[in-house]
Amino acid sequence: MMAVIEENPGYKWVGTRPIRPDGLEKITGKAQFGADSILPGMLYGSVVRSPHAHARILSIDMSVAKSMPGVKAVITSADFPDLALNGGSAGDIDMSNNVMARAKVLYEGHVVAAVAANTREQAKAAADAVIVNYEVLPHVLTVDEAMADNAPLLHDGMYTKGIDPKPEKPSNVASRVVHERGDLDKGFAEADLVIEREYTTKPVHQGYIEPHAAVADANSDGRAHIWCSSQGHFQMRAHTATVLGVSPGTIKVTAAEIGGGFGGKTVVYLEPLAVRLSQRAGRPVKLVMDRDEVFRASGPTSGTRIKVKMGVTNEGQLTAADVWMGYEAGAFSGSPVGAAGMTVIACYDIPNFFVEGFDVVVNKPRVAAYRAPGAPMAAFAVETVMDELARGINIDPIDLRLQNAVVEGTQASYGPKFPRIGFVETLEAIKNHPQYTAELGPNQGRGVAAGFWFNAGMNSSATVHINENGTATVVVGSPDIGGSRQSMALMAAEELGISYENIKPVVADTETVGFNDVTGGSRVTLATGAAVVDACRVITADLRARAAKTWDVEIDDVEWVDGQAQHVDGSQPPLSLADLAGKSGRTGGPISATASLNARGVGAAFSTQLCDVEVDPETGITRVIRYVSAQDAGRAISPAYVEGQMQGGVAQGIGWALNEEYIHNSSGVMENASFLDYRIPVASDLPMIDTVIVEVPNPAHPYGVRGVGEVGIVPPMAAVANAISDAAGVRMKDLPMSPVKLLEALNEKGK
Amino acid sequence: MARVHLSAGLRDLTGGVANIEIEASTVGRLIKSLDQMFPGIGSRLSEGSSVAINGEILTDAEYEKIPASAEIHFLDILQGG
Repeated sequence: MMAVIEENPGYKWVGTRPIRPDGLEKITGKAQFGADSILPGMLYGSVVRSPHAHARILSIDMSVAKSMPGVKAVITSADFPDLALNGGSAGDIDMSNNVMARAKVLYEGHVVAAVAANTREQAKAAADAVIVNYEVLPHVLTVDEAMADNAPLLHDGMYTKGIDPKPEKPSNVASRVVHERGDLDKGFAEADLVIEREYTTKPVHQGYIEPHAAVADANSDGRAHIWCSSQGHFQMRAHTATVLGVSPGTIKVTAAEIGGGFGGKTVVYLEPLAVRLSQRAGRPVKLVMDRDEVFRASGPTSGTRIKVKMGVTNEGQLTAADVWMGYEAGAFSGSPVGAAGMTVIACYDIPNFFVEGFDVVVNKPRVAAYRAPGAPMAAFAVETVMDELARGINIDPIDLRLQNAVVEGTQASYGPKFPRIGFVETLEAIKNHPQYTAELGPNQGRGVAAGFWFNAGMNSSATVHINENGTATVVVGSPDIGGSRQSMALMAAEELGISYENIKPVVADTETVGFNDVTGGSRVTLATGAAVVDACRVITADLRARAAKTWDVEIDDVEWVDGQAQHVDGSQPPLSLADLAGKSGRTGGPISATASLNARGVGAAFSTQLCDVEVDPETGITRVIRYVSAQDAGRAISPAYVEGQMQGGVAQGIGWALNEEYIHNSSGVMENASFLDYRIPVASDLPMIDTVIVEVPNPAHPYGVRGVGEVGIVPPMAAVANAISDAAGVRMKDLPMSPVKLLEALNEKGK
Repeated sequence: MARVHLSAGLRDLTGGVANIEIEASTVGRLIKSLDQMFPGIGSRLSEGSSVAINGEILTDAEYEKIPASAEIHFLDILQGG
């Protein structure tokens, strides 16, 4: 469904649903994913990982492993430069130490060595034969444990940033963020109802189906070629070079097709190991994580503890919000608590607030980005309190949100004023949806929740080539994780005035196209799309000049309309793109253009969602029976993909709400590192997720794009929790809202 | 004069100052001026911040021109998924 805010201004291709450019290769199995590359003489790698959550590495004995059949190389941290001794930044040192532990292991699964051998089995056997002696240290697994007095420290030199005066003692708190406005006491004094609650969420994994994989082929001249699955092959190049201590120019990275990323494939894990093993062995090396390794050693998102206190008048005016947030960062600083602090109340215009957040290291895998990093957990807390406030003053929950919603010109809680945004339009789309007033059955309940995400711009490049028959190749450097190739082709078709089917979008390697930042932050359709549009506009200007040369007229006498050059007075027969391309040698040579930019005009995204659940009071099982997601896409270049992004975010959010969690035992060892025990929703667990694409075009983008990949995962946990409350009369404050927890809550309520 | 809003997280360096008006032609010059007033704030803003000029959030904005009477906010650098 589309909620039309501004009519399509006559686009021929933008907003259509053609066949996806990568579809045929994917359904026929021809698409090359990360683990599909095979090179002559290729070796297989295996990684030695820590069995302990926190331990000092006393010694590593590789002698047995090196002598085993087929083994060609064994590496440890001694094979990598110590960036701490080479003036590396704190971030680079952490990245390097996460790729390969140096003095201590900081989580179960932390890499301590790697092996390359002729076969996968030989490599695994040799990895098992590497003897590591550890001094096991006490560990911390949660925000509470890590922030406790006298907690064991992960990093002796970590002093909390953002506290005045600087702390005298190190701690596990890397930093503190604060946002405040107005007078909190005054705000709560003005409220007729104040709700104060405390929430916890567990680390959850991005759950991409394709595990991390990398193949590296190092040459004796110091150069190396990597094939890997990532959200940014330029970033993989840069980070691999940093860890190896070499120039990025010595490394070429070819982007494989990607089987899901959701933020988790913006991190380098295997690539430096594969290159170093290849250098030591003198042969190509393939490294592929198994699912167990993906869980134990690649980034989940933060577990959190969040406290929220909010006040409202009987007339529905929010008066104050007081928020405390502790976010687990995993083994190294860098949780998304900064974004959480900026998003937690960003949907609402609240005159008095104090938001405080802490970035806390714990003995778990280092967290990685996950769709709208930091925002979903914060929204779970605040949007649940919003539901309680609405019920407490007997007002419709969407009306409470509408009354306090941010609009264009509102001073955002994180600072600047909002430009044109579509939050109100998403709220109205849900309120006007027939499902909002549909009758509920026994044990069924309905919840709504909203969410905000910034989206991002960043750096992109694109090249457009016109082929000799008037077809076009669009070359980008942004891995396609959500349909961006189709969006690029649709915008190019619109600009050039040729058929979408005559445009081939290609993701090129790091030596073939200009630099691109990662595919993340919902940025590619906006930023790389703007680069494609810019390149196309250079080409259409060139085509006008070539037509003018052909007709011996001034360029101002030539227009580019519907894929052909037309003389303004109609005195010449039009020249199509194929006409001009076929004779390009006579008018200046091949037709091609490149554009690079640091994208501006990022448009913020909002989503409002409606969830109906049915709770089984006998088992505590919650079944999502209907779901509607309304999201402001700005302009949906490719509506089918936009709907896919919206549905994907909701599906992941429902898993986060009901089932997914990292479970660690008392030794800090993960106990559910498989998809059997870590249960993501499958198709049979979910209803059809209905989508309402709201289009409030971003005025700063040539096609109104905002970015759609992330905000859809922000509201679901609160929407499900609010629906459970409506169905069963219990407020669930700890994720996941598993059958066991819900049954306990129902039993407690029944006492 | 640009009106610069300093977030609560920076106020350990500003002695509690939340807003200040400064004449500066570019973001880089603005940060230098702020660093002269509040020693240490320059490196924190250069390395760990995006900047919003009249509501538009920008990264790598050192050479960005500041319009007259602009509203400036420094924000944490965001990580996208």
